Amino acid sequence: MNKHYETVIGLEVHVELATKTKIFCSCSTAFGGAPNTHTCPVCTGMPGALPVLNKQVVEYALAVGLATNCKINKYSRFDRKNYFYPDNPQNYQISQLYLPICYDGGVEIEAAAGKKIVGIHEIHMEEDAGKLFHDEEGTLIDYNRSGVPLIEIVSEPDMRNADEVIAYLEKLRLIIQYLGASDCKLQEGSMRADVNLSVRRAGAKELGTRTEMKNLNSFKAIMRAIESEEKRQIELIEDGKEVVQETRRWDDGRECSYPMRSKEDAQDYRYFPEPDLAPVIISDEWIERIKGAQPELRDEKRVRYRAEYDIPDYDIDIITSSKKMADIFEETIKLGARPKEVSNWLMVETMRLLKEHECEPENIKFSPQNLAKLIALVEKGSINRTVAKEVFEVMFCENIDPETYVHEHGLGMVSDEGALKEIIEQVIAANPQSVADYCNGKKQALGYLVGQTMRAMKGKADPQLVNKILAERLNV
Amino acid sequence: MADIITDEMIDYVSILAKLELTPAEKEQAKNDMAKMLDYVDMLNELDTSGTEPMYHVFPVSNVFREDVVVNGDDSEGMLKNAPERKDNFYKVPRTVD
Ligand SMILES: [Zn+2]
Repeated sequence: MNKHYETVIGLEVHVELATKTKIFCSCSTAFGGAPNTHTCPVCTGMPGALPVLNKQVVEYALAVGLATNCKINKYSRFDRKNYFYPDNPQNYQISQLYLPICYDGGVEIEAAAGKKIVGIHEIHMEEDAGKLFHDEEGTLIDYNRSGVPLIEIVSEPDMRNADEVIAYLEKLRLIIQYLGASDCKLQEGSMRADVNLSVRRAGAKELGTRTEMKNLNSFKAIMRAIESEEKRQIELIEDGKEVVQETRRWDDGRECSYPMRSKEDAQDYRYFPEPDLAPVIISDEWIERIKGAQPELRDEKRVRYRAEYDIPDYDIDIITSSKKMADIFEETIKLGARPKEVSNWLMVETMRLLKEHECEPENIKFSPQNLAKLIALVEKGSINRTVAKEVFEVMFCENIDPETYVHEHGLGMVSDEGALKEIIEQVIAANPQSVADYCNGKKQALGYLVGQTMRAMKGKADPQLVNKILAERLNV
Repeated sequence: MADIITDEMIDYVSILAKLELTPAEKEQAKNDMAKMLDYVDMLNELDTSGTEPMYHVFPVSNVFREDVVVNGDDSEGMLKNAPERKDNFYKVPRTVD
């Protein structure tokens, strides 16, 4: 980054709310339905259809607003944003321009440069659009997403680099996930960020001309797009050219962006108050009720874990970085497992398998019940750790009951010392050289013999017990 | 007529409205729009400084639905409104090059 310039970034974050139904009609929001099976006259913009607001949308928007220190507009309304595009069958999107539900908030972020507050200009409620597919003959439309509730969180231009942008997005994601207002999956589009970016000479007071970057589907894409756009704008200025205020689309494959609209698509939305929807009046009691129902958020959880559980801060940060992981952690402990043990399974095996399967923690399938059972099997000595890891892999993919699985696959440890001793005799007989080495003082030869015994037992023995019996037998 | 709609203005409004007008239609539209603006000018003469804007025709607020799925799959019925369909999709002219 050129040190003669400063980058100024603001974000527009769209979050799909976790309601069962759409914002203005009783159609399902379920993901993955066959095309157009979740549609009705309201969400396909049929003339005469009347939208009616989903109360849960208001409650989620309020919860997010309060958790991000926003003020609440006691009197809030919807407006029509007019534009023609087939993803929007009404030819207008119902949104909020003049009186958004929340405004003037902010969250504290912790980036490399230290802590800072990123201001939130406003949060408004609006509807999502349909999905377009293009084939040779034409454009095909699925309106299942049309009318799915969104909140748009508009930040102040308070961020100065990609690192702060990621910290801010992570902060929002965690707050919203903990509130249960959305699952906030960037890849699946339930959280989307548009980046408004401008550059100015270091020390300048006035903001430069900004561009808006769309189509950013991962944190990596966001970082790359910010770096690329900073560079592009600085080069323009250095060449004596002007930055044009425009919307650009990021192409992550080619790592570059291009302008999205031609002048034939003037961005003039001619907003006006939505006459089909009644205003929303929010009472102090309603706000208090939402505040009272707010669950423990991540920052509070971190403090409590530090006080309650004897696990490292690093583990606490990782576990609480996903609501799902934190829930599994607490549930499993409630079922009697030791916190350190649960933390180990999450930090080591779970993280490894998530990475291997390219999965988000929110998609974890195994239940706390099954994790508690697996931990108990190890603690009781019914299976050893090697077998436990194998069982865990199956559990990770299919959430099997580890007790049943161990029983059905005969993975339980052989605790019958007679059977074990028999195998040990065979191993001794088959490896005279190692036995001789051990007796001549090469103590590490014992490790080899333990390994051979474990192999013969197909891993179903307690290695410490094998070690003990072998040592006793050879030391005679 | 006090208000005059310029050619640039009518071209811009045509783009927004996705309309292609013939020269004759353009003149007609310019004329009509100027009359509409004259009417608005007349309304603007009224002193509304003490009047609350009216956003909704009825004095109602907080008209809500509970978050319960009621609508089932009526895609067959809905797709009857499609200008054209392909499988279970609405089909329109290609929107991208
Ligand atoms: Zn609907």
